[in-house]
Amino acid sequence: MSAEDTIFALSSGQPPAAIAVLRVSGDRARDVLCNLTGSVPDERRASLVQVRDPDSDDLLDMALALWFPGPHTATGEDLAELHCHGGRAVVRAIESVLSKQTGLRKAEPGEFTRRAFANGRMDLAEAEGLSDLLFAETEIQRRSAMQMAGGSLSRQVEEWQKMLLALSAQVEAELDFSDEDDVVPAQLEKIRQSTGTLATTIGDILKRPRTEKLREGIRVVLGGPPNSGKSTLLNALVDREAAIVSDIAGTTRDVIEVPVALGGIPFLFVDTAGLRDEAGEEIEQIGIERAHKQFDQADVILWLGEEGQGPDSMALIELAARKDHPEHRKKSSGVLALSPITGEGMNDLVDLLIEKAADLLPADQQLSVNERQAGHLAAVHDHVSDIGTESDFLIIAENLRLARQELDALTGRASTEHMLDSLFGNFCIGK
Amino acid sequence: MNQDFDVIVVGGGHAGCEAAAVAARMGVRVALVSFTRDGIGAMSCNPAIGGLGKGHLVREVDAFDGLIGRAADEAAIHYRMLNLSKGAAVQGPRVQADRTLYRRAIHRMLDELDGLSIVEGEVSSLILSGYRVDGIVMADGTKLMAQAVILATGTFLNGKLFRGEESVAGGRTGEAASLSLGEQIRGAGLPIARLKTGTPPRIDGRTVNWAELPEQPSDGEDWTMSPVTKSRTVPQVFCAVSRTNKQTHDIIRESLDRSPLFSGAIDAQGPRYCPSIEDKIHRFADRDSHQVFLEPEGLDTHLVYPNGISTSLPPDVQEAFVRTMSGLEQAEIVVPGYAVEYDHIDPRALDRSLKVRDLEGLYCAGQINGTTGYEEAAAQGLIAGIGAACVVQGKAALELDRSTSYMAVMIDDLVLQGVTEPYRMLTARAEYRLRLRADNATTRLSPVARELGCLGPERTAWFVNRSRERAEILRILEKDYGSEDLASAGLEVRRDGTRQSLFAWLRFPDVALDLLSQIEPDLSVSCSRLQAEIEEDARYAPYLERQEAELRDLRANEQITLDPAMDYGAIAGLSNEMVERLKAARPDTLAAASRVRGVTPAALAAILVHTRRKNARKAA
Ligand SMILES: Cc1cc2nc3c(=O)[nH]c(=O)nc-3n(C[C@H](O)[C@H](O)[C@H](O)COP(=O)(O)OP(=O)(O)OC[C@H]3O[C@@H](n4cnc5c(N)ncnc54)[C@H](O)[C@@H]3O)c2cc1C
Repeated sequence: MSAEDTIFALSSGQPPAAIAVLRVSGDRARDVLCNLTGSVPDERRASLVQVRDPDSDDLLDMALALWFPGPHTATGEDLAELHCHGGRAVVRAIESVLSKQTGLRKAEPGEFTRRAFANGRMDLAEAEGLSDLLFAETEIQRRSAMQMAGGSLSRQVEEWQKMLLALSAQVEAELDFSDEDDVVPAQLEKIRQSTGTLATTIGDILKRPRTEKLREGIRVVLGGPPNSGKSTLLNALVDREAAIVSDIAGTTRDVIEVPVALGGIPFLFVDTAGLRDEAGEEIEQIGIERAHKQFDQADVILWLGEEGQGPDSMALIELAARKDHPEHRKKSSGVLALSPITGEGMNDLVDLLIEKAADLLPADQQLSVNERQAGHLAAVHDHVSDIGTESDFLIIAENLRLARQELDALTGRASTEHMLDSLFGNFCIGK
Repeated sequence: MNQDFDVIVVGGGHAGCEAAAVAARMGVRVALVSFTRDGIGAMSCNPAIGGLGKGHLVREVDAFDGLIGRAADEAAIHYRMLNLSKGAAVQGPRVQADRTLYRRAIHRMLDELDGLSIVEGEVSSLILSGYRVDGIVMADGTKLMAQAVILATGTFLNGKLFRGEESVAGGRTGEAASLSLGEQIRGAGLPIARLKTGTPPRIDGRTVNWAELPEQPSDGEDWTMSPVTKSRTVPQVFCAVSRTNKQTHDIIRESLDRSPLFSGAIDAQGPRYCPSIEDKIHRFADRDSHQVFLEPEGLDTHLVYPNGISTSLPPDVQEAFVRTMSGLEQAEIVVPGYAVEYDHIDPRALDRSLKVRDLEGLYCAGQINGTTGYEEAAAQGLIAGIGAACVVQGKAALELDRSTSYMAVMIDDLVLQGVTEPYRMLTARAEYRLRLRADNATTRLSPVARELGCLGPERTAWFVNRSRERAEILRILEKDYGSEDLASAGLEVRRDGTRQSLFAWLRFPDVALDLLSQIEPDLSVSCSRLQAEIEEDARYAPYLERQEAELRDLRANEQITLDPAMDYGAIAGLSNEMVERLKAARPDTLAAASRVRGVTPAALAAILVHTRRKNARKAA
């Protein structure tokens, strides 16, 4: 049914690992399985097979093969899986054989998810959760993504939808049937109470950090004049935690970004150009402007400079970071003093950062949303808040409709017909 | 082929009359065929026209110079604007009409139309040749040939009447059912299902103790159903209100097993919003009383229509429970209530002009499509009549989307969703109702009506005049004024330096159009209705602006056409239920598919991807 290519990818983590899972999705999945293993196993049953290169007949691995005919599969297409040994060589060999098969190509990032969504196998919120899951590198990222992929946002939204449908039903009954005595008049106060509560709930969720934060990490900006010990501190943090220094973006003279996981929490450390009061050269000036921009975006600023000279920000933490250095200057009591060289105080710093992070990241069991979802929720928030000051039922109904529509956009479902069902289920209407 | 007419309309109810009349106004030769000449323009059930949602339909049909609004005015013995306390968009004009006067008005208007012939008799079959309809055969064997046939046979197809334990074939009480036509249509493979509806007993008004009941007078205002009606002319009568009580409910409850609805004789679905009294008592057992409006049926009849107690219980039970109500202790029933079960066509087999998709030349309109109500029938008649006339005249079909009219909402609902109960218009069905007011129907629709040639010469002159006046007012309202200017002219606005157009000022509750003439002397409004319409436009303008983005989306998705023969079963990810619904609805665009019940955004994405792939393959 699909004119698209059949795609494959390693769908478990990077080798080496105990087991590697290779997935093939698309029309050719069955043939490919047959070519490599000599047979097609029973549907949805793991069977032990020999994986061979069809050209040379070389044995590549003993693996478990699974066959899921579409459309009721994770991607909505025919799907084959090989669970093989997770050594680098094995995986690379099988991948290279796969890419030689006609009509088969390596999947683009996220392509499995995109197909699953396009084929109606998951709603938008679930798809987003899954894509975050694929990105998840740290434990806490993984848990939050699991929550969303498991549909906890969808379930919450569904609850709100139900509530708004019930309110719409009351208002619509008021508009369409108020002249028939069997309708209990809609109660403005009650409606406002419900929408008020919803506005508060959504408002709270909107105040929480976005899930993108989980992917991008807590932004910790190191600030202070040149030679105040920023790079030393950064290097110490990176070494200490065997950081995932995957890509160091913008390695210019002004900003360095390094992702580090501390205690399973993703951080992004940002080293700014040294700050000086009187910038000597123009280039330095630009660097300093950028540094200020960094301070504005920071979740946490570690200030290594003179006490009280840092940017005016709620996120600022004073540090005395050169305890070992002859030029070490004490700051007021309560300010953490440490030495990246001797390691003194470093544990305290890490604890402090993890503690800060707890406020800045979505809490473990808490529902959090990404920017796109927040956009829709903010609109819902506005529409239901408007109801608080409105007494024209027509406008209230319009606001409810718009709010329902925004929720629909989050996950799908619900329509006027649903609203009518709810209406007729609850009221005795008509003559 | 030698054709006797261009269009033949079968059935002289509200649907048939509007269909025949609009086709004739557009200039094609029409035959209106009905059992009896006298039965044309009859109101089968309650003598009221309009109401919430329904009043909108009347005004929209009227904007095409239709019959129903003007006939209602000629017959109106009681006017009431429903929802008067709410925004204009949901106000519903409703009148009670004298049956005789109504029928007389319809007959006069039909007689005035050139090119419209009335043919008396039963249509017993369609003349089919392959996949097209060429005409009809009457019961006496007469054949009439035409390019298009519009079926508007109401509840008559295989109609069956129920009253207690009795049941007889029939379309309405005292009228035969349409059996042979019903058989042929069932045989032709059209999707047919059954629905039921009911009507209350008619009471002799002389046996009602009116003095005991609260009165509901006509509203004493001067609005009319059609804006071209100059004034109310018929004497006004009052209605009265009685209630059911515990004793009424006890009697009904004890006799439920004698109702065909509960004994299993009728299993077709009736309307949820117009339930029989036995249904209401069964489903909402906690309520101990229901309102009953006593509505006189006319000026020279004693018949009273007790609105609220539609029933198919046996006549002895009807009499017993009616007499438990206050004011009705001595009431005599003249005609007992009954239920009717009838065949209807699954409207998903129709296109948006109400033509049967798989048969050329055959249109269906009115209750035959699973709707209920005069107004719903009239609006469909209008649409089918226009559709047929456009084909005859080689004109492009009328295209209306859901943001233009209640008519379009209804047609879209019918052809996409089908019906599971008799379909009635509700304002809640119209998501863009803020712009679809009963008071701006002319502004919304008369321009396209005029273009299609649906307006008679008088209406055209009226409309041209009105449009000129409206445009002139709007032009003046574009001028900017500051809050000082308004305040010094005595208008209640805050002197805060705001400067905006008079139209924007009109949004304020204390600024009315006639008051603005103190600032702009050229601003004169000859008609209070036009004034009210413009004021409402201004008041809701901010909300309409908010809908613009949504409408752009809607229109964009309406540009994405879907293959009517699309094999939905082959699209992965659609549930069986969705596939069934999509197959039956055959949505013409992605926007239409999005409205098919149960279709999720994910499913839409799948449909879109599938369509794109197919198009890509075709292009390759
Ligand atoms: C018992 C009953 C109760 C109802 N209750 C309600 C209600 O409570 N609320 C509400 O809104 N609506 C109610 N209605 C519905 C309302 O009356 C109809 O929806 C509306 O009149 C339908 O209009 P129509 O033009 O489709 O059909 P109709 O008005 O039924 O007209 C059909 C016409 O077709 C003619 N005809 C049929 N077959 C043939 C044939 N073979 N040859 C020639 N002529 C033929 C008939 O003589 C008739 O003139 C009720 C209707 C009935 C019968």
